[in-house]
Amino acid sequence: MRVTQGTFSFLPDLTDEQIAAQVEYCLRNGWAVGIEFTDDPHPRNTYWEMWGNPMFDLRDAKGVTMEIEACRKAHPDAYIRVNAFDSTRGWETVRLSFIVNRPKVEPTFTLTRTEVRSRSQTYSLGTAR
Amino acid sequence: MADDIALPESPPATVAPATVDLAADYRASGVAEVLEELDRELIGLAPVKERIRETAALLLVDRARRALGLTQETPTLHMSFTGNPGTGKTTVALKMAGLLKRLGYVRKGHLVSVTRDDLVGQYIGHTAPKTKEVLKKAMGGVLFIDEAYYLYRPDNERDYGQEAIEILLQVMENNRDDLVVILAGYADRMDRFFRSNPGFRSRIAHHIEFPDYTDEELLRIAVTMLAAQNYRFTPAAEAAMRDYIAARRAQPHFANARSIRNALDRARLRQANRLFAAAGPIDAAALSTIEEADIRASRVFRGGLAHERAAP
Repeated sequence: MRVTQGTFSFLPDLTDEQIAAQVEYCLRNGWAVGIEFTDDPHPRNTYWEMWGNPMFDLRDAKGVTMEIEACRKAHPDAYIRVNAFDSTRGWETVRLSFIVNRPKVEPTFTLTRTEVRSRSQTYSLGTAR
Repeated sequence: MADDIALPESPPATVAPATVDLAADYRASGVAEVLEELDRELIGLAPVKERIRETAALLLVDRARRALGLTQETPTLHMSFTGNPGTGKTTVALKMAGLLKRLGYVRKGHLVSVTRDDLVGQYIGHTAPKTKEVLKKAMGGVLFIDEAYYLYRPDNERDYGQEAIEILLQVMENNRDDLVVILAGYADRMDRFFRSNPGFRSRIAHHIEFPDYTDEELLRIAVTMLAAQNYRFTPAAEAAMRDYIAARRAQPHFANARSIRNALDRARLRQANRLFAAAGPIDAAALSTIEEADIRASRVFRGGLAHERAAP
């Protein structure tokens, strides 16, 4: 099942030029760009693993695309996303986050229904490969 | 679907034009302004300016050749600036970055100035991330490595500098479109550095030598520096400065324009002290005038420093 998380996730996968253009936009706005990856795209899994430190003081998207390439090489079968953090007072949050790499076969999600006390039903979402 | 996403402009794959107007190209690129700026702002350095003009011409012609489809590959632009301290290497590197930007050889045209400390780590596994960090920051611009020979320490074979050199060489080769590396340092030690690292020598196309300034040029630099801060010399102070430059040159740790800047800073300090000690109201002219006594009080005139101080 195609995971739709972050910006552009309903679009076809971005090409490398498009990724570079988006990163360029982030840098132009003075955002710090970080790369994260995970093998579990469960929506509750918000903390993905960091690929190196977030990159501050970059001027050109090439620095980020190099890191994306390195991360893809190391984790070809993982989800990789690019986060752009805005440190402006009042924002201090991720302003843009988009997926730049997906595994060849994406996991599906299963819905588990459990009966608890008083015949109440609880539902939980699990990742299944 | 993806049509509404702005793509970076790709070079049009149309037929090459039959002719190229170099003069028009020269005007349009704005290279002329950079060269004029260089002439105006930098005193002396005639051979350097000449070399930069030559390099600009070469790059302009190369760009025209590319427009006509005569050549495809990016020329090697890495450079080495050799010369004594204070001869304007960093300033020229900054101008060079602007020049390369105007000619379209680097995308952003910023200058990242580093030394060994910024590239080489303290322990195993520290160097590579550190060097890569710097390289990422320099992408799209110019990486200026001051005193590059410190990267290589032949006396210590386990020195981490070697690792930084290998990463640098790799990036200089593979990312020629993305950044330009300028190595700078003293002529003799750079020469030894290149001898022991032939990889660097072969990857550097332009060697530019920075001559020492003459006394006359240094005096003009001093006057310009003062004017930039709204100060001026009295005629006697200018004569004193002339003597100061001649005396300072003979003493150790002479660093050309940098020594002049430090001398002027100290002269301003003495001027402030003098004005402070003098009673009565002071006008703007007095506030911005360096007197002869402010220069003559320097220890340089008393045969140098009694105890050898650290380099300024």
